[in-house]
Amino acid sequence: MEARVQRELYDQMVLIRTYEEAILREYHADKKPVFDIGAGLVPGEMHLSAGQEPVAAGVCAHLTTDDAVTATHRPHHFAIAHGIDLNAMTAEIFGRVDGLGKGRGGHMHLFDPKTHFSCSGIIAEGYPSAAGAALAFKKRGTGQIAVGVTGEGAANQGAFHETLNLASLWKLPAVFIVEDNDWGISVPRSASTCVASNAERAAAYGMPGIRIEDNAVEAVYEAAGHAVERARNGGGPTLIEVHTLRLWGHFEGDAQGYRSDIEGVPGQDPIPTYEATLRSAGVLDDAAVVETQTRATELVESAIAFAKASPEPDPSTVLDYVFA
Amino acid sequence: MTTTTEQSSKRLNTAKAMVEAIASEMERDENVFVLGEDVGPYGGIFSSTTGLIDRFGPERVMDTPISETAFIGAAIGAATEGMRPIVELMFVDFFGVCMDQIYNHMAKIHFESGGNVKVPMVLMTAVGGGYSDGAQHSQCLWGTFAHLPGMKVVVPSNPADAAGLMTAAIRDDNPVVFMFHKGVMGLPWMAKNPRSIGPVPDGDHVVEIGKAATPRRGSDVTVVTLSLSVHHALDVAEELAGEGVDVEVIDLRSIVPLDTEAILESVGRTGHLVIVDEDYQSFGLSGEIAARIAESDPTILKSPISRVAVPDVSIPYSRSLEYAALPTRARIKAAILEQVSK
Repeated sequence: MEARVQRELYDQMVLIRTYEEAILREYHADKKPVFDIGAGLVPGEMHLSAGQEPVAAGVCAHLTTDDAVTATHRPHHFAIAHGIDLNAMTAEIFGRVDGLGKGRGGHMHLFDPKTHFSCSGIIAEGYPSAAGAALAFKKRGTGQIAVGVTGEGAANQGAFHETLNLASLWKLPAVFIVEDNDWGISVPRSASTCVASNAERAAAYGMPGIRIEDNAVEAVYEAAGHAVERARNGGGPTLIEVHTLRLWGHFEGDAQGYRSDIEGVPGQDPIPTYEATLRSAGVLDDAAVVETQTRATELVESAIAFAKASPEPDPSTVLDYVFA
Repeated sequence: MTTTTEQSSKRLNTAKAMVEAIASEMERDENVFVLGEDVGPYGGIFSSTTGLIDRFGPERVMDTPISETAFIGAAIGAATEGMRPIVELMFVDFFGVCMDQIYNHMAKIHFESGGNVKVPMVLMTAVGGGYSDGAQHSQCLWGTFAHLPGMKVVVPSNPADAAGLMTAAIRDDNPVVFMFHKGVMGLPWMAKNPRSIGPVPDGDHVVEIGKAATPRRGSDVTVVTLSLSVHHALDVAEELAGEGVDVEVIDLRSIVPLDTEAILESVGRTGHLVIVDEDYQSFGLSGEIAARIAESDPTILKSPISRVAVPDVSIPYSRSLEYAALPTRARIKAAILEQVSK
């Protein structure tokens, strides 16, 4: 792989992690000494994507902001990798008026027409609308594609199966991603399906299914490259499952008492792993690592500052935007 | 905004009127397309898309698999990308299988996005009973959708309104749930109401969503209703005219938005109100109308209101039982007579 691409993938993953760490910090900052989910600068549930950066970085490297992405309730890594405006996204997470949804959506409901990005709080809900975006692109012959993202828990949902069938039937320019982080909240994959790999399920819908082990960003990049090319060239959809890693809890405040794999998890963190690979390949050195981190920190802290400076929405506008 | 071209109209049944409205919008705007179950060569189970595939081809009139979540969700995705899909799910009773896409996704995107993403789509479906199709094929359920914010709910009762409201629904930037009663479609295989065939104005005929109609003026009692029950109410009104009772009939035409002003104005004149609703009685449209009057000015009522609705029971199969549950002419007549006797 070209060093330029490797560096881009690394930089993207670092930016995502830096962002998630900053949100984690802000989320917990004023929820002490007693944790209150609705209190503080960042209220509500918070689902962070630490550990899953390779999926978003590897897939979105092949997309432009003209392509659509429908992500899950754990959306930040895909939003960032797809090029969403960091300030507007952060202001939305803080519930502020300059947010993507002017404070109506929150972190699970980020909608950005500029990058054709959306996400939702319901399992597998975004798969059908990814197919619909792809249908619109196909009808118009624009060459755009749509990427739908779910977790492995969603692969047992009707919306998942219906969408794969429909997208394959209509040969839609779409790529479907399954992030298998092994856990559907507290239920391990082994307790939710007998299928070893959700990629096998693609065969039932007449589309290629690929599973990538080891949370390897370069493997995701390669597979997504083929799938995106196939979609753009009219070959129809592809399903890619990535065996990734949920480094933290399902949501912030989740003590993960149910989790049997917690001991070995920190050692599998994909960012230091990839950094070590790139260092030994001569792509990264100390200066490059510092440069990447510095740039990421500046971007993220600037977005956090922007969000904090943005006002709360005016309560008198509560009924706005129900109808167009 | 209601445009009625008096000099030029054609007589159509409601189904054909809807098809003509869809066709004319498809000709006007290439972003409009139709998808759903049996909308292609079959022409829609209740003839709502008959002939469209011959005129526009399978690219714009798309038969879908029986995958309501996927194809309604696909319509949502296409709408957010600027298309204007019309999606049919043949019976409203089936909406449970894809309700998430409807009330959590379609109806909420505009709000959640702070107005940045529009979902201009029409979700059309057949409602209502009266032909022994049983508890899972005979409901109206419009109150359910009206209760959940973010979608308009349109329920025409006649061909002209069906055409004009369909045109308005397609051009609307909001998701519109368009519910047509099987009994008003004028289908050859169903008992026909004489008003299911009527004049439809030529040209750009648009009926504004949110404005009730008053198909019959009267001074003694107001009947507020919609859909097939409008016809029942008009039939009863004609009968009662011979008995010296002057009934006003209001056809709501849409329940989101609800034309509260038209109801208050009429009841303000008559002082007596009968609400006829083929949906379940409790926690629904009839209760909402009563509440709006109570909140506005309950003193306009000369007597307590009467409700003729489905008495909170699933629609039975057997003809005798079904008609015991539905808002029949007999029940409407009794309610009116009770009102004017108070």
